[in-house]
This record gives sequence, C-alpha cells and structure tokens, in this order.
Amino acid sequence: MKYVNQAIRKVDAMSLVTGKPVYTGDMIPPDALMIKMLRSPHANALVEEIDTTIASKVPGVEAIFTYKDVPQSRFTTAGQTYPEPSPYDRLILDKHLRCVGDPVALVAATTSEAAEKAAGLIKVKYKVMEPLLDFTKAKDNSILVHPEDNFKALCDVGADNKRNLCSCSVTENGDLEAELAQCDVVLERTYNTKANNQAMMEPFVTYSYLDEYGRLTLVSSTQVPFHVRRIVSNALEMSKANIRVIKPRIGGGFGAKQTAVSEVYAAFVTMKTGKAACIQFTRKESQTNGSPRHQMQVRVRIGAMKDGTIRAMEVDALSNAGAYGEHGPTTVGLSGTKTISLYGKLKASRFATNVVYTNTMGAGAYRGYGATQGFFAVESAVNELAAQLKMDPCEIRLLNMVEQGQKFAMYYGETCTSNTLKQCMETAKTMMDWDNKYPARVLDNGHIRSVGVAMAMQGSGISGVDIGSVELRLNDDGFYTLLLGCTDMGTGCDTILTQMAAECLDCPMENIAVRGVDTDQSPYDTGSYASSSTYVTGMAVVKACEEMREKVLKNGAEILGVPAETAEFDGSRVFVPGTDKEISLHDIGNASYEGHSRSISAFASHSSPVSPPPMMVGMAEIDLDPATGEVELVDYVAVVDCGTVINKNLARVQTEGGLMQGIGMALYEDIQYSEKGQMLNNSFLQYRLPTRLEAGKIRVAFESSYEPTGPFGAKSIGELVINTPAPALANAIYNASGLFLRSLPMKAEDIAMGIAAKE
Amino acid sequence: MEITLKLNGKPYTAVAQPHTQLLEFLRDAGCKSVKCGCETSGCGLCTVHMDGRPVLSCSVLAVQAAGHTIDTLEGLQEQAALFGGFLADEGGEQCGFCNPGFIMNVLALEKELGRDAGDEEILEYLAGNMCRCTGYQSQLRAIRKYMAREEGNA
Repeated sequence: MKYVNQAIRKVDAMSLVTGKPVYTGDMIPPDALMIKMLRSPHANALVEEIDTTIASKVPGVEAIFTYKDVPQSRFTTAGQTYPEPSPYDRLILDKHLRCVGDPVALVAATTSEAAEKAAGLIKVKYKVMEPLLDFTKAKDNSILVHPEDNFKALCDVGADNKRNLCSCSVTENGDLEAELAQCDVVLERTYNTKANNQAMMEPFVTYSYLDEYGRLTLVSSTQVPFHVRRIVSNALEMSKANIRVIKPRIGGGFGAKQTAVSEVYAAFVTMKTGKAACIQFTRKESQTNGSPRHQMQVRVRIGAMKDGTIRAMEVDALSNAGAYGEHGPTTVGLSGTKTISLYGKLKASRFATNVVYTNTMGAGAYRGYGATQGFFAVESAVNELAAQLKMDPCEIRLLNMVEQGQKFAMYYGETCTSNTLKQCMETAKTMMDWDNKYPARVLDNGHIRSVGVAMAMQGSGISGVDIGSVELRLNDDGFYTLLLGCTDMGTGCDTILTQMAAECLDCPMENIAVRGVDTDQSPYDTGSYASSSTYVTGMAVVKACEEMREKVLKNGAEILGVPAETAEFDGSRVFVPGTDKEISLHDIGNASYEGHSRSISAFASHSSPVSPPPMMVGMAEIDLDPATGEVELVDYVAVVDCGTVINKNLARVQTEGGLMQGIGMALYEDIQYSEKGQMLNNSFLQYRLPTRLEAGKIRVAFESSYEPTGPFGAKSIGELVINTPAPALANAIYNASGLFLRSLPMKAEDIAMGIAAKE
Repeated sequence: MEITLKLNGKPYTAVAQPHTQLLEFLRDAGCKSVKCGCETSGCGLCTVHMDGRPVLSCSVLAVQAAGHTIDTLEGLQEQAALFGGFLADEGGEQCGFCNPGFIMNVLALEKELGRDAGDEEILEYLAGNMCRCTGYQSQLRAIRKYMAREEGNA
C-alpha cells in the first residue's frame, strides 16, 4: 500500500510547528465580551441572596447573570448520542451549589480584568451546608447532592437522585458462587483509583457570536461539535436550527472535551446580549471544574484452579460521579466489560456497578473511560493470584487470555474476530528479556531492578451507536474535497482518513483537500471519542471512495461514449483497455463544471454493529530505591494489536503518549480535597504531570491482526494504550518489594513505609 | 505606560499596565504563537527569547521587557519550519499547542549547548516544557535527528 501503513506527516503539521494562530483562543473576535465566573467557595451551599449592584458599576461590565436569569430545564453536558445515558442534572447557573467552583454568576465585560474585578464585587449570602465528600458513604446518605424534583434520567440506567445514585447495574453470566465454590483458590481484593485530570495543554475555551443570518455560532475546542449543538439547544431552550458549531485545531482533548465544559456559558451570554462572547478557563478552573476521570473503588473476586486456570471473576465497581453525572453510567460499564472479557476460560462472571453523587468536582470522560480503573484492579488481582500460585504472571496470562474465535465473556455478545494477544506477549517478553529479568535483581547500589506485566483491551467505537459520515466531492481540475464530521484533536484523524482516501482513490494525498468540522457544512459524525475515528469514520471513507470511483468511471465512460463495463478507472484517468480511448480525471472534473448535470459527489455513513477490541501487553522495568521508596521507570515495552496500523508514526506516538499518561496516573497524579471539599491540587505545581525527566525509555512494537470489519483491517488505538502502566508498575513494585499497592498513585512514601513495616 | 521593545527584529511600541505580563502583551501584539497553558510558570508554553535567552513570558512583566529584544516563533519562521519538519516526520507535533514554546527552547538549547548535546543534557534543558500528547519520545528522536543534520540539507 502506498499511503496506508506508512509513516506520513500530518497534513496540518507545518502550521502547528510554526505556531500559526489556528486554535480557538487565537481567533477571538476583538469585540467579544470576556466572561469570568464567580465560583462557589463552598462544596454544598444554597445562594440565599445575591446582589450585583456594585459589581455592575465596574467600567466595562456589560451584564451579570445569576441563577435567576437562566432557563429551568435540566440538561447534561456529556457529549453522547441522544438519548444520553447521563442524567439531566444541570442548569447553566443553579441556586444549589454542589461542589467548590460551581458557577454562582457569569460576568461579561469588555475586558477580562473588568469581568474579574466585577465578579469579586458581587455580594452573596450563602447557606452553607455539610458536604458529602466520601464517595464510599454516598449511597443512601442523608445529604442529597441532587434533591431537586426535576432531575431526569432519559435512559434506564438505575439513576435515583433521592439515593445519590447516578446509576447502578448488575450483569451476571453463569452461577458465580457455585463456580467459585469449585475453585482451588478464591482471591478477593479491593483497589482504589483517584480522579485524574486530562491536563491537555489547551484549557477549555469557547467563543460565540451571532452570524450574518442571526444564528448563534460557536467556535470551540471540542471533540463533539454535533453533540454540542444539541447540548446548547437543551441548555438554552432554543432550536438546533439556530445553532452552528465550528471546531478549529484543538490543543488536546483526551476525553475532557467530550463534555461541553465551557460552551453553554459563552452561548448563553451571546444570546442574552446579542454580542460576541468568550470564555477561557484558566488552568486552575480546568483543574478544579473540568471533566476528569472518575475516582473508583473496585472490588475483584477471582476463582482459579491450582494450575492457574481462571474460572470465575467478579468485578464490583463503585464510581464517584462527583457533583454531576456526565459519563457516569457509561464509564463505569467499561471497568468490567473490558476487563472480564480479556479472560477466555471463565465459566461464570458477575459485574456490579454503583455510580454515586458527591460534592466533589463532576467527573467525565478520560481516555480509557473506566476501563483504565478496571484494568488496574483486575490485572493487579491476576498478578496477586499468580504470586499466590507461584506462577510467572506472563504464564498465567498466556494460559487464560481470550483467543480469536472465542465469544467474549462479557462484551455485548460479541466474538473475538481479530487477536494477536499471544504474539504480543511473546514479543514483549523478548523485547524486555523477561525470562532473565523476572522477577528482580539487586544492584550494587542497593537499588532493586524489577519487571512487571499487564495486558489490556479497549473497543473501537460504540457498537450500534457511533456514526461516522463522509462527503467526498470531485472538483474542477480533478481534485477531491473530503468533508469530515469527526474531530481531529491533534491525534491526526484528518491525516489518516486522507491517507485512506488516497489509497482508495489511487491518487496523491495532495489531490485531496480535507476539511474538519463545521456543523453547518460537515456530514454528521458523533465525534472523536470511544476510539471511533479510525475504525468507524474510516469505514465511511472507504464506502464513500467506492461510490466516488463508480461515479467517476460512469461519467468518464459516458463522456467517452463507451459502456461503463468496458472502461476502467486507475485513479488518474478513465480508459478502455486495449484502445486509445481515455479521459483524465482532470477533464472529468472540469466536465462536471461545464454546464452538464454531472456534479460528482459521494456520501457515506457508517455505523458498526460490533466494536472489535484492540489488545496489548505492557511491561515495565523499574529501579526501586528501598531506602526512599522512589520508583524510577527504566524501560517500558508495549506491544500492540490495533489491527492494521494506518499511520506508523501516529500509532507509535499515540502509544507513547498514552503510556506516559498512564504512568502519570500510576505514580504521580493525585487529586486531593480538603475537609471542606476544596481541591488541593489545582495547578501544575501541585498536580504533577510527568516531565521528560520521568519519561524513561518507552519502546513500542506492533503485532497486527487483521480486523475484517475495519477499514484496511484496522481497529482503534487511542484509548487502549493508557491501560497497562498502573497494573504493570504495581506488579514491578511487588516484584521488587513484596508489596501489593492497591491504591493509586503509588507514592514513594507508601512504598518506603511498606518496606519498613515489613522489616 | 507606553513601552518600546524590539519585537521580532522591529521596534514595537504599545501601552502596558504595570501588571501586564509579557505573555499578554505579546499576544495582544499579534504573536499568537505564545500560548498560555497555566498560571504558575509550570508548563513552558509561553517560552520566548529575551535578548536571545529563553524566558517564560508569563513570568516577565511587559515593562521589564522595555528596551530589550524579544523574539517569538513569528520572527523565527524558517528555524521553526526547519526543526518542525523533523518533529513532524516523527509525528511529534501532535496537537501542536505546546510546540511554539517547546521549539523556542529547542532553538535556545542548540545555541547554548551546541549540536553535540547528550540526551541527558537535552532532557534537563527542556524539562520545563510540558507535553501531554507525545510522552516526549518522538520529540527526543526529532531533536537527535535535527542536531545530526547536515548543514544546507534539510
């Protein structure tokens, strides 16, 4: 293949590396009102009185809005297909403040300084109430986070706001207890993960204005432009027909921007004032009131035979939605379905979930989407089981991993259609030199070098729900326009989809002008999340190109005056083999612009009934200082089966980047709250992202299967790669110290104290 | 107060408040490559050159820059494209939001440490430039190839 499976530069690369003004914040209209929020200092409070008289007198202030000014229909800001599983539990501004930082008032002024000054002059009398901060005590607590009567769940997710339940569920296959009773070993462990911030480099930002037709236009850093259109329509109680959403370049998303964190505020101010308006979250606001990973407590029970065969597995996940339920019911689902299904010899399984409201920051979608928390628990439990059985943790996995052709244990009835997990494990072992390095060795300086392992899977889009659409046009001179509705957020989907189109159309990539999202012009796409763009939208590209080829052939043959069956299209011309009859694509394009009714375009939409999982094995080698507990990452090996790799560079960088985020989650990133519910880690000084000094060495290899339902055999890669670091590092720490760390992040002090306690 | 500085090779005069950060001042001057990623001098996105040395423009007041030479990526387009090509060939630009600050610091690194700088020196020098997309590996590969390039051949 000429374009697919190559290492090709991103089509927007040079504008990014030369610092061109291509992001939302670079294009704010000069006359836009700047919005600042007055945010709640309390985790649970009611606004009893609010006085904006003095604040309004600050020069430059255009308007101040409070809960008295907003529509009263509740909505969700979760970017999901309608009807959203996330409950409708929000207002733009609410009298009831449910977490520190909840917006109390919106101030719109000619400058940010004026808006900020005015926000500080708003007088508020709060009725401060006791906050509910411990999510393990939230269910049926007397403190209700959402006592309101107009709380609404559109889907049957088990939501009950009078019990602090965002959702709950139980799924069972076979008789778990009977199966456990027959097992030689039953292991039960509980694991804890924290909320994590995506910390994309570009904070949340949106601006809006009324366009020349009087319609509300939003320019926003979002992964879900079409969902934003609906969310804004719900929040503002206005027709979708009057809303347009444009997505420029995005400075990273990782799921954070699968929630409309900033959009409704700008839209509201523009509709109220008729003026352009902009809201730019500070880093502090992005940290404290963004859309982070759900904190979870996951209990795992595994039943196994002495030979290591795992016959039964239970995952019981408690998830902290925080103040609002965005992505609450769905993220938790992945903590069991993806993890249990990785094991192929289960005779019984059970998966229970409870997602609870508390007075902490509302959570959302973060790469991995619940699977990441589940994998820390399940893969750690499997490592503990291996230790108990005195088995090599690679061996127990080779014995139990799901195989191609098998029906997954708990994956919507789907069968595993492409899977090289076994080769991934063998290759990873070779790359890591596992057999020589496992479990550990002591170095001359007293440090311990050890290795650890974990495996993981994810999905490729949401089966039967996600839709990718593509419109392809042939233009004069024979170049194509490729209109996409999926959102490149730096990941490179504009590029890989162009690669696919070039491959299908037998033309240079330069002959295809790709255009990202404007909801008025792009075909409908659910957006870039759930690892869907390559797999779902990619198939739409393949389909649209097939249609385009047929149309070009038909038109070319018509112009040549020959039957289409006798002609061929080779990407640059339509010709009749064995004759001198031919017409170039250039001329066919021009002919379609010259008074004929020959305008050539192709449209294709794709939704997949299945979500074939990409799979991987991750191995960590660490250097542990037993005196201080400090863990240094020496080497990380990742071997990935994402089906056919579409772009070798981008797949590799996705993997390296996802691993690094997983390493941050495992070792450094720690969101903590004060007793009053104030986040203590609200800046990059306290919320420790890995720098390049912590990065260690990361090595990536691919063991590609061929997924029959994917474009060119491809599956997804974006989310999968964040899942192995936490359990693999926990395993390496165990192999070095004998300590099973069951809570993230795994901090040096906990390791040092644990070692000291053992001695 | 009105201040004048040499911005990307030309004199530039504008009003700055006593508390105006150089970061804001530069963005208002049209240098949109200068990005704000945090408020705590913790991300490196706003790196510019002041008298040829890298500074975080969020941590310099505009008035402190009066009379000094300030360069942003807008004024170093050729150099940005040269290194940027190596970065793009590794897929290491990703979302691109950290690129300008990062590239400003890579250019400073090259000048200060020379082209034979070792990996550890490179990582240390660039430690303040955060990136959430790449895991840093592709950036290091790009820097190595850029440093090893043959002159006049890029």
